[in-house]
Amino acid sequence: MEAVGLSAFWRDFRENPVAVAALAVVALILALAVAAPLFTPQNPYDIANLDLMDARRPPGYVGSGGYAHWLGTDAQGRDLLSAILYGLRISLQMGLIAGGLALSAGATLGVTAAYLGGRAEALIMRVIDLQLSFPAILLALVLSALLGQGKTQLIIALTAAQYAYFARTAHGAATAERNKDYVEAALSTPLPALRVVFRHILPNCLPPLIVVATVQIANAISLEATLSFLGLGLPATEPSLGMLIANGFQYMLSGRYWISIYPGVALIVLIVAINLVGDQVRDQLNPRLQR
Amino acid sequence: MLGFVIQRLMQAAAVMLVMSALVFIGVYAIGNPIDVLISPDADQHTRAEVIARFGLDRPLWEQYATFLGRLLQGDMGRSFVFGMPVLSLILSRLPATLELTLLAVISATLIGVPLGMYAGYKPHSPVSKAIMALSVLGFSVPTFWVGILLIFGFAVQLGILPAGGRGQTVNVLGVGWSFLTLDGLKHLALPAFNLSLFKMSMMIRLSRAGTREIMLSDTVKFARAAGLSERVILGRHVLKLISIPIVTVFGLELGSTLAFAVVTETIFSWPGVGKLIIDSISTLDRPVMVAYLVLVAFLFIIINLSVDLVYATLDPRLRKGRG
Repeated sequence: MEAVGLSAFWRDFRENPVAVAALAVVALILALAVAAPLFTPQNPYDIANLDLMDARRPPGYVGSGGYAHWLGTDAQGRDLLSAILYGLRISLQMGLIAGGLALSAGATLGVTAAYLGGRAEALIMRVIDLQLSFPAILLALVLSALLGQGKTQLIIALTAAQYAYFARTAHGAATAERNKDYVEAALSTPLPALRVVFRHILPNCLPPLIVVATVQIANAISLEATLSFLGLGLPATEPSLGMLIANGFQYMLSGRYWISIYPGVALIVLIVAINLVGDQVRDQLNPRLQR
Repeated sequence: MLGFVIQRLMQAAAVMLVMSALVFIGVYAIGNPIDVLISPDADQHTRAEVIARFGLDRPLWEQYATFLGRLLQGDMGRSFVFGMPVLSLILSRLPATLELTLLAVISATLIGVPLGMYAGYKPHSPVSKAIMALSVLGFSVPTFWVGILLIFGFAVQLGILPAGGRGQTVNVLGVGWSFLTLDGLKHLALPAFNLSLFKMSMMIRLSRAGTREIMLSDTVKFARAAGLSERVILGRHVLKLISIPIVTVFGLELGSTLAFAVVTETIFSWPGVGKLIIDSISTLDRPVMVAYLVLVAFLFIIINLSVDLVYATLDPRLRKGRG
């Protein structure tokens, strides 16, 4: 990939209009989420801003604040558009932190196993395979039930549920690298083994890890939403998209669809866009599909 | 071969022991069940009695030893909330989950495989592209969100299907089954479809990839040369060849569908095991949590063990050594 370079990568990426559009959507959502406090009409979690008179109003309603609630309001009279943008912040934060931690933990473990070889490698990979045979959602569910609610707890649960995918990928890539001449050469110098592992082997395992990372960040966001929807994820003080959907769910049967549907639409757009970008990146990094 | 089987069995038993310990320690380290079991205005005497009755005053390792001993006898304790033996509580909820999961996996296969074969047979037709787009959605859209949309569309807007519950059941062999009555089937339709969507996407991808590969193979060339109709080629030969990975995935996915059932059951208030575990987590009903987790771990270890053993019979290389 080094030889191809970033600009060449981008040239190939540009050829797929769907992926470019998806990337634009992801970038837009990221920007909106980061800048949310600057332009949302209200801070949805400042109680002083809320008025119960505005509760459960349909989209377009002009509330006591004097501005239109384009996506309606929820049961506390919160502007849904603002709540969704704040929720996106939390969802993205969880996805990126958990995905990043899982990447570093998994890659370290996988590459180390490949380097050590022998019994240690067999043991580590056996444990990882065992974990991979359990569905990630079940593991995350169990862990967040055991650890309780909270940001840190949820990040631990999501990381533990996902690191194994990175470990497997990193192990596969590192095993292939391990037998190449340049590793042999580096190991024959007085360089410490750790340096060889992390400065020489690891960078060459990155392309497949990047692919897994895009998919797993989307998965982490989706898992977090599922857990929060089930009441096992974040506490009520950290309302992610999943919790907004859960809060709106009880009003769905009475026809007040917007409280649940719009946060869900935001979630789906985000996840599908990340996955589409990931698909294109995978196709480009897959040597078998090179033209 | 016998040595391999014994080795695998011992490994499975060891894993099971470790899992049960992890689950037990994890579950018994959170929260304080006394707060749930005893009302705050109960007197000291009642408190002491309840604590003694549930053995909560014992050290953790002793509670675990008792737990393990009783586990081996099939006794998983009594639910704090329901006041009945956990095993019979779970068994009473199991039929609901089983019929939901089985219906979901079977319909995912029956719908997914033909769609995937079509997409693999005509990879460039617009219909195939639509099928693949559907499978991308099925993969990326979270199950709970699809469930909400289904309820919104079919139960709230159209009003043709119920939003939750099991409906009318028929007693067969002492347990109620929903799929035997029209009302029950109506109640099953949405949750089963919800649960099957993810598996369906997987079946579509598997059978598409398989079909595309096999359509280029000599088997198909010779079958065409022999004058067989495309219909016979697809239905008899291609289907048979792609069925091996599909059957494997079918078996493996049965277990993970049980895991996803937790989400679907919660949304559709389906009174199965999944809803039971979510309820027991929120009420800190620890015996139910532990039993459920141990049973699920057991189920997955059994599934993995059988997959290992089946592969070992198919591939002699795996029998030696560690595999």
